Amino acid sequence: MHPEAAQQVAQVAPYLRYIPLLPLVGVIFHLAAGYRFGRRAVGLVACGSVAASFALATMAFLTIFNGPAGLAIVDPVYEWIASGDFSATVSFRVDALASVMVMIVTGVGLLIHVYSTGYMAHDEDYARFFAYLNLFMAAMLVLVLADNLPLMFVGWEGVGLCSYLLIGFWYKDPEKASAGKKAFLVNRIGDAGFLLGAFTLFWTLSDMGAPSLAFETINAHAASFAPGVALAAALLLFVGATGKSAQIPLYVWLPDAMAGPTPVSALIHAATMVTAGVYMVARLHGLFEAAPLAMQLIGGVGAATALMAATIGIAQNDIKKVLAYSTVSQLGYMFLALGVGAFGAAIFHVMTHAFFKALMFLGAGSVIHGLHEEQDIRRMGGVMNKMPITHATFLVGVLAIAGVPGLAGFFSKDEILASAWAGGHTGLWICGVLGAAMTAFYMTRLYVLTFRGEFRGDHHTWAHAHESPSSMTLPLIVLAGLSVVGGYVGIPEALGGHNAFANYLAPSVGHHALGIASETELMLMAVSVGAAFLGMTAAWAMYSRDPRADLGIARSLRSVYPRLQRAYDVDALYDYTLVQPLMRGSEKLWIDVDVAIIDGAANGTASAARGAGGLLRRWSTGNVQHYMLTVLVGVAVVVFALTLAGGL
Amino acid sequence: MTIGLVHWLVLSALLMAIGAVGVVVRRNVLIIFMSVELMLNAANLAFVAGAHSLGTMNGQSIVFFVMTVAAAEAAVGLAVILALFRNRQTVAADEIALLKW
Repeated sequence: MHPEAAQQVAQVAPYLRYIPLLPLVGVIFHLAAGYRFGRRAVGLVACGSVAASFALATMAFLTIFNGPAGLAIVDPVYEWIASGDFSATVSFRVDALASVMVMIVTGVGLLIHVYSTGYMAHDEDYARFFAYLNLFMAAMLVLVLADNLPLMFVGWEGVGLCSYLLIGFWYKDPEKASAGKKAFLVNRIGDAGFLLGAFTLFWTLSDMGAPSLAFETINAHAASFAPGVALAAALLLFVGATGKSAQIPLYVWLPDAMAGPTPVSALIHAATMVTAGVYMVARLHGLFEAAPLAMQLIGGVGAATALMAATIGIAQNDIKKVLAYSTVSQLGYMFLALGVGAFGAAIFHVMTHAFFKALMFLGAGSVIHGLHEEQDIRRMGGVMNKMPITHATFLVGVLAIAGVPGLAGFFSKDEILASAWAGGHTGLWICGVLGAAMTAFYMTRLYVLTFRGEFRGDHHTWAHAHESPSSMTLPLIVLAGLSVVGGYVGIPEALGGHNAFANYLAPSVGHHALGIASETELMLMAVSVGAAFLGMTAAWAMYSRDPRADLGIARSLRSVYPRLQRAYDVDALYDYTLVQPLMRGSEKLWIDVDVAIIDGAANGTASAARGAGGLLRRWSTGNVQHYMLTVLVGVAVVVFALTLAGGL
Repeated sequence: MTIGLVHWLVLSALLMAIGAVGVVVRRNVLIIFMSVELMLNAANLAFVAGAHSLGTMNGQSIVFFVMTVAAAEAAVGLAVILALFRNRQTVAADEIALLKW
C-alpha cells in the first residue's frame, strides 16, 4: 500500500463507527427530549445526524476512491462474541462495494429526511416518526458496514423492526397496523433462512479450521466447500434475501407496506432496505459463485418476479401500489443480474433505482399531499398544472425507469440485459426485455393518468390542490438530477465509456468482462430501448386519449384482467394454503390439545384430589367417640391379623 | 375347679370390652372417662395375672406405672372436663364435635 493511502486510511478508520452511531444518538434525542424541544429541534437533529453520517461516508468513499484497488478501511470496535474458537467482532469495514452502498443509504436517506420534515409537518407524532427513521438509518448502516455475518444480521433484523414500526406508524388504523405485522411475519420466514444459512457456514468453516463468519473468510473458503454445502448455504441465505428484497415467494408484504407514510415507502421500501438482499448476495459473491445451481435459481426467480410484478403493476389504480409493484419488479432485475453473475450490474441498478424510485415515491407523496390524501389515479389527472416541480421531476423519474437513453435507468438496465445475454441466458434476457416494455407501459400510464388530461376528482380537492413546500421539492430536484446523471458513472465500452462503476467495484465483487462484441451490445440496447418506446407509446396513445381505457382492457381481457388487479390472488392463495390451515391447526391444537388434554390433565388432577378429599373429610365427624370406634376397629383388625398369621 | 390364668384373662377381657363399649356408646363425658379407667384396670388385671402365673415381678411393677399414669390422667382429664363444662354448659360428647370438617 502506498504510504500516503495508508496514512489516510489510518485517519479515516476510527470515524467509521460514528456513521451508524450518529443517527442512533438522534434516536435517543427524539425519544428522550423530542416532545419537549418541539418540531424544529427534532427535524434539525434528525437531518443533522444523517448529514454528519453522510459527510463521514463521503470521506470514507473518497479515501477508497482515490486509494489503490482493493483498499479497505476497517474500524474494529470491540469483540462481541468470543466462544471457544469462534469470534465475532463489532467491526465496520468499508471497501468499494460498501462505500457505494453507504453513499446511497446516507445520501438518499438525507434527502428523504429533509423531505419528511415537510411531509410530516402536521403529524402529531413528529418525534416518534423521526426516532424510527433515524433508528432505521442506524440499522441499515450497520447492515451495510458490517464485516461479518452476525453483525450484518443485527442490522438485518434492525431494519426489519423499523420497517414494521414505520409501516404501522399510523397504528390506530387496524389495516395499517396489520400491514406492519404482515411485513414483519413474512420477513421472519426469510430471516429463519438467513440464520440457518449462517449456521451452515459456521459449521462448515469450523470443520475447515476457520471458525469465523467474516465475509472475507467465507468468500475465501467458499471455493473449497463441498458442492452440497455451498448450495445449501447459498439457498438458505437466498431465502433470507427473498424475504427482505421482496422476491417470489415472499414478496407479498411489500405492496401492503405502502400503508406507511410515503417517505417511508421511498426510503425503506424502494431505495434502501429492500436492496439489502441484493447487497448480501453481492457481499457473499464467492459463496454464490461456488453454487452454480443456486445462481441459476436466483436468476430465474429474479426474472419471474420482474415479469409477474410488472404485469400486476399494469392493472393497479393506487399510485403507491403501482410504484410498489414496480419496485418488486426492479428488484427482480437486480436478482436476475446476480443470478447471471453480474454483481456489479446489480449494484449499479441498486444505485440508479434508489435515485429514480425514491424520486417517484417522493413525487407521489407530494401529489398525495397536495390532493388531500387522494391515492387513486382514477380520480387524478391534470396535476401538472398545479404542481409544476413535482410534475417535472416525476417525469424525469418515469423516463429514467423506462430506460430512455441518457438517463440513469438506461445504463444499469442495459448492463443487466447485456450480461444476461452474454452469459447465454437468452430466456432471462427475453424476460428482461418484456419486463422493460411493461415497465415503460405502466409508468407512462401512471404518469398520464396522474399529471395529464383533466382532473377527475371533485372540485373542492382541485381548488385546494397546491405545490408542496420547498423542503419537499428540493429533495425532488436533487433526486431528479441524480436520476439523470447517475448512470454516467457506468457508461459501457460499447458507447465509448470505460464502465468505470464496474471497474471500481471489481475488487469487491469481481469483474466479468461481457465478452460480446460491441456491435452485439449495441443491438441489444436497441432492442430493449425499442421495447421501452413501444410500451411508452402504447400507454401514451391509450391513456391520453381516454383516461378510462382500463375499462376497455378489462372488457376485452375479462378472464385475466381482474386477476391482475387482485395480484394473481396470491394473497388469497397464501391465505388458503398457509394462513387458514395454520389458524385452523392452531385452533385445533388450542381446543383439542391445550384445553382438552393439557388443561384437562392439570384440572383433572386437581379435581380428583378435591373429590377424594371431599369423601374422606366425612370421616372426621369431630365426635371423639367415632374416632375411638375407629381406633378400636383398627386394633381389632391388627390383632386378628396377627393371630391369623400366628404372630401371637 | 381351680381358678387359673385363663379365668383371669377372660375376666380382664370382659372388663376391657365393657370399658370399650362404654367409651363408644355413652354420651356423658364423665362416664366415658370412667370407662377408660375400667379399661386401664382390665389391663392391670391381665398384667398381675400374668406375673403371678410366670412367677416374676415384671407385670407387678408395670401395674404401678399404669396406676401412676391413670392418676395423672384423671387429674388432667377432670380438669379438661371441668373447663369444657364451664364453656359449653354440657358434658355430652356428641355436642362438642368441634374438630370436624
